[in-house]
Amino acid sequence: MNNDTRIARLEHVGKRYGTVVALDGIDLDIHRGELLALLGPNGAGKSTCIGLLLGLHRADSGTATLFGEDPQDIGPRRRIGVMLQAANLPATLKVGELLRLTASYYPDPRPLAECASLAGVADLLGRRYGALSGGQQRRVQFAMAMAGRPEILFLDEPTVGMDITARQSLWAAIRQLVAGGCAVVLTTHYLEEAEALADRVCVIAKGKVVSEGSVDALRARVALRRIRCLTSLDPGIVAGWPDVASVEARQDRLAIATTQAEVVVRRLLHADPSLSELEVQRAGLAEAFTEIARGADAAQEAA
Amino acid sequence: MTAIDTAIGQGTVVAMTPGRLLDAYVQEAKAECLRYLRNPGFLLPTLLFPSVFYVMFGIFLGHANSADAPRYLLASYGTFGVMAPGLFGFGVSLALERDSGLLTLKRALPMPPGAYLLGKMCMALLVAAIVAAILLCLAIFVAGAALPPSRAAGFFGVEVLGSLPFSAMGLLLGTLVKGQGAPGVVNLVYLPMAFLSGLWIPLPVMPPFLQSIAPLWPAYHLDRLALSAVGLGDGGDAVHVAVLAGFTIVFVAIAARRLRRHG
Repeated sequence: MNNDTRIARLEHVGKRYGTVVALDGIDLDIHRGELLALLGPNGAGKSTCIGLLLGLHRADSGTATLFGEDPQDIGPRRRIGVMLQAANLPATLKVGELLRLTASYYPDPRPLAECASLAGVADLLGRRYGALSGGQQRRVQFAMAMAGRPEILFLDEPTVGMDITARQSLWAAIRQLVAGGCAVVLTTHYLEEAEALADRVCVIAKGKVVSEGSVDALRARVALRRIRCLTSLDPGIVAGWPDVASVEARQDRLAIATTQAEVVVRRLLHADPSLSELEVQRAGLAEAFTEIARGADAAQEAA
Repeated sequence: MTAIDTAIGQGTVVAMTPGRLLDAYVQEAKAECLRYLRNPGFLLPTLLFPSVFYVMFGIFLGHANSADAPRYLLASYGTFGVMAPGLFGFGVSLALERDSGLLTLKRALPMPPGAYLLGKMCMALLVAAIVAAILLCLAIFVAGAALPPSRAAGFFGVEVLGSLPFSAMGLLLGTLVKGQGAPGVVNLVYLPMAFLSGLWIPLPVMPPFLQSIAPLWPAYHLDRLALSAVGLGDGGDAVHVAVLAGFTIVFVAIAARRLRRHG
């Protein structure tokens, strides 16, 4: 065995639909056992990335590989599990039948009872799929995704339509799979989902990876903190202070972005003793994400 | 809380044995049959239309008919009946599943290639067998058609296998249309073809022009074979079989090309 832990790769992949560029020479590696979250606005190319790794589309340029092989071959796909965003499963089949069918595609499937209990659908096995609630249907789809003891699991927006309890129990199941050595590629709109689960986050915008790293690294990339306060100070003067990145003013309310919040706060309090309603916030993943996407936009416009 | 073993073997790839591969095909066919047999919206019209037509025209309104009528109508409505599972079961379901994401999921999963289409084919054959059996029972036990067991078996075989060209046609239609519009499109093919092939009104009483173009429709050729099976044929069976096989190959070839290109 070699020491290459990369089990799924996109190398300089380009893909266009008509005149729309979906992916613009993207590089993406997924390592054995890691949980990678793909974030990005709608239309950024997240689902196209997953589609290429699943062999649903062919790359216009570059290569997509799964376990070093072409994802359009069935061999490497026998080692994966899939949960897609929109899949209307046959409404008249029972949950147990759907699980048995999916398991039959794999060489060494997970026992049905185990899948059902991991996904929390053990009490639904005799029910027809069409009679289930949206959240229950998603759990069934998750049970199907792990039916084949996958080494890598692709989850495209897995918790859409789930309430908070269901979402948390799905997160627990995902963590359990990752602890057992399964890699997971997750696309999500819920930033807290990426924060709760991901080892590594990859932000995609306009068909390119614009940021890649741990959740902490991503947050640190936007080291800015935001200071908000009510003050009579002139925004123009504050904007001229060292370490102040930007100032927005609305009437007496200032919003200051800075990497050196402590220094700026000290100076603010000194300059305006009547300053009130002081707030200092670290950028969350949401803000980091917006900041990065905006930065990518600006870079593209400048180019 | 029972401990669940979620560990996976690192780098050890378990091969798919022939037995497991066969099981995948069997499970797919079983699931496909079950889901349609449980769907009254599909099953009832498919079974009822030919049976009701046969009961109406072959039995209730059959006093003035000739002695051959029960067999003649058995061939016509049998052919009409076995076209439906192929056209609708294949065509409409493929069109809907291309739209709903189910086909995408199946393509992403390691479903053996062909299992999807073979599953649908088994379903169409099974439903065609049910239609043919119902009509045979009506013809023999209610209409009193003179059919020795060998002819009945021949008719059953012709009609069941005869659903295959229409499955191929449904497959092609399913790749051409997408989503909710599919049932309408399939009916636009199904009903005129049944009429033009002489399944509702016997060809000899139709305008000569319509008679002359009847051999263009696959349903005409299956009807000829069915008539021959019940003892009312006028020869040329080999030609009809060849034409139906030709239609099937052409439909499947075009459909396969479209599926590969567009998914």
